[in-house]
Amino acid sequence: MILTNLETVPGKAITAHYGLVSGNTVRAKHVGRDIAASFKNIVGGELKGYTELLEDSRKEATNRMAEQAQALGANAVINIRFSTSAVAQGASELYVYGTAVSVE
Amino acid sequence: MSDGLILALAYGLPLLLAFGGLIVGTFLERRHLASIREREALFANCPAITSKQWDTTRTVADSTIVSASTVVSLDYFKRILANLRNLFGGRVRSYETLLDRAKREAILRLHEAAPDSHIILNLRLQTTTIVSVHNRGKGIGGIEVLAYGTAVRYVAE
Repeated sequence: MILTNLETVPGKAITAHYGLVSGNTVRAKHVGRDIAASFKNIVGGELKGYTELLEDSRKEATNRMAEQAQALGANAVINIRFSTSAVAQGASELYVYGTAVSVE
Repeated sequence: MSDGLILALAYGLPLLLAFGGLIVGTFLERRHLASIREREALFANCPAITSKQWDTTRTVADSTIVSASTVVSLDYFKRILANLRNLFGGRVRSYETLLDRAKREAILRLHEAAPDSHIILNLRLQTTTIVSVHNRGKGIGGIEVLAYGTAVRYVAE
């Protein structure tokens, strides 16, 4: 499965379109992480627990999108976009979408 | 508990937090900036650009999407400064430097995720605020910076 955020796959030709595919996850952080993060809020800097959590969730959303593309018979997803939004206090939605295509 | 102790706790604790934040926060910021400069020099020959096409004469070996992110927060002292700035308006310098560092860090991690690529095309940056429900409704102010793009590796000539 080739994943790219370009409109074409470099060096390959698109042979078929399968339309939009997407994947999402909604994640909330658990209290333990929040307590650690509130200490970090005093000295500033990176909140590593949050970074890891969001990276993991984004990977999961990307995998879901790739699975959907695979089910359609595609071998690549082009023009991928990521979007993050705070849907509720303490929870974020990570959404990944793109166009499923066949390339050769 | 005596009144004096309560007064000392009420006014002393925020002062202590602000002072601690100032000292440790400044130290961490300097160290981070030094590390950013050092690592940026390492990836000077692999640019990350926003264009969708680059050298079309070379054959592409493979290309894949890469993404990297960082969640950062301001220290207590700088947050007080930013709140004061809110009264008068104008440039909030403490946030400017924080977001600058976060963006550069995210792009560096993008490079680290694709160490053997020649170029990163179609770079996108996205910033989101993350607010937590705990901590008595005040929330933990985290800012996520996400960088993503397509890492391209050319066939060796």
